[in-house]
Amino acid sequence: MAADTVRGARKAGRYALLVAVSAVVLFPIWAVLMQALKSGPDSLDHPRSLLPVDLTFGTIRAAWDQGDLGRLLLNSMFVSVMVTIGVVITSLLAAYAFAFLQFPLKGPLFIAFLATMLVPGEVTVVINQKTADSLGWINSYQGLIVPSLASTFGVFLVRQMFLQLPRELREAASLDGVGHLRFLWEVAAPLSRPTLGALGLFTFLGTWNAYLWPSQVIRGDRAHETIQIGLERLKNSDISKINLVTGGLVVAALPIFVMLVLFQRQLVRGLTAGAVKG
Amino acid sequence: MKRRLRDIPWAVTMLVPSMALLAVWTVYPLVKAVQNGHLSCDSTGNRCTDAGWGQYKVVFLSNEFQHALLVSIKLALLTVPAGVVFGVGLAVLADKQLRAIGVFRTIFSSTVATSVAVASLVWFVLLQPQIGVLSDLFSGWFPVLKNPGLLNDHGTALSAVALSSIWANLGFTFIIVTAGLQSVPRELYESAYVDGAGSVRRFTDITLPMIMPSLLFVSIVLTTRALQSYGEIALLTGGGPNPQKSTTTIPYLIYGQNSIIHNNLQIKSAAAVLLFLISLVFAVVQFRGFEKRVHYGS
Repeated sequence: MAADTVRGARKAGRYALLVAVSAVVLFPIWAVLMQALKSGPDSLDHPRSLLPVDLTFGTIRAAWDQGDLGRLLLNSMFVSVMVTIGVVITSLLAAYAFAFLQFPLKGPLFIAFLATMLVPGEVTVVINQKTADSLGWINSYQGLIVPSLASTFGVFLVRQMFLQLPRELREAASLDGVGHLRFLWEVAAPLSRPTLGALGLFTFLGTWNAYLWPSQVIRGDRAHETIQIGLERLKNSDISKINLVTGGLVVAALPIFVMLVLFQRQLVRGLTAGAVKG
Repeated sequence: MKRRLRDIPWAVTMLVPSMALLAVWTVYPLVKAVQNGHLSCDSTGNRCTDAGWGQYKVVFLSNEFQHALLVSIKLALLTVPAGVVFGVGLAVLADKQLRAIGVFRTIFSSTVATSVAVASLVWFVLLQPQIGVLSDLFSGWFPVLKNPGLLNDHGTALSAVALSSIWANLGFTFIIVTAGLQSVPRELYESAYVDGAGSVRRFTDITLPMIMPSLLFVSIVLTTRALQSYGEIALLTGGGPNPQKSTTTIPYLIYGQNSIIHNNLQIKSAAAVLLFLISLVFAVVQFRGFEKRVHYGS
């Protein structure tokens, strides 16, 4: 009986701690969300601004109009979808070659592929911006999309998945006269759907959230700007309108939070793939 | 043997898309940056002479680079240990089979989806000196929040940037450490419990050694992110406050709008290559240091 009371008290203590820590972690998101849902003066009346009362969509609508957020969202969506499709295709093809085909220098070539994973974007952006400039790709969708269409991480991830498929599958298929592309499309890719899902999700998130490269390749051209770099304009408007930033933040973050809730399991699986066993 | 040759046309077709893209957008810029790094050009950028590898040394030893390196390292020291400790704390707190624990896990992982721009602007709004909610609520204790503002004061600007980064990385760290905790065999805890080890002993003697691989991974990723921070600086402080340039990290020195080397491609290239090498050194050092203490399950 006494042991039960102690256990009950401990459980209550842990819940109390969980709730308190959650409040701290969520505070920034909550504060911004509440400010975005209030009209100008209300959003500045702290700490009343934190209470969910007198809510309105006026601020978000104003941010939407002033920041041209509809256009920016479409740009981000288009670029992220194209990059995701591209990365899945290029990764599937290269991974297939490394997993199922025999050719000279396969080992060294694969190592060379992996080595490019070490090169961070922060190093290549200096020159890539020059390259994009000489191709006339500054302020264009090509500039945002093409440099990101190949992913070493993707090739590696999909190859590992392909290597887990039974060898007999391919052997049986070639006895039946099934070519490489048909085998890839009808057997190998469908069997790897969870891996491809994780790769797609990561690529989409990474592209949607990218900041450095878009900020260097898009220079003040609203027609091609992504939402991540477009938000900055709202920040730079005058201080009386700073609550417009909160409206913009809600619009920019919402699609990603929806994805997080929908695909939480895939996200966790992908993130932890390389971490647990070192 | 015949099979090796028959597959070649297919192998080439399937590898070409990835190889061509990586060659143009990853390998070429790296090689070109290394090459540019030892050219010295006049102000028009047309006439260049070979300044040799010595130029890397000159850039590395320049006051601007040394200052930016120091800022980057400070930012890493402010964000990595605190980030790992908070991440482990959250993961241990949520590592219990309780009702509704899934809700808390979702909350703790929520910041994983915030982009650098969103996280930075969230903190920009919260800390805005005139109207930010944190500035209004806590200025009684910390007058610096109002005057000149946490992001505008030479002494606190970098810590404020670090605060935003720690928060933004919390979800990532939580997810990785939680996965690490879940891979620890339950029998280990049971036998330790039977042997009379208390919860602190169980944490230091079992949990910590067993999750070392996850901690190694997290701290390498967090360090790399800290050394390569650009977006948070561009949006929160613009490298300032000036004239001290209190938050000009190496990436901001290279890419920032108001950086003094903004128009010098050669110096920028050299600085970018140095940043790459520095990140690599930090990763290797951490790897070596941890490796001795890492327990890879057998």
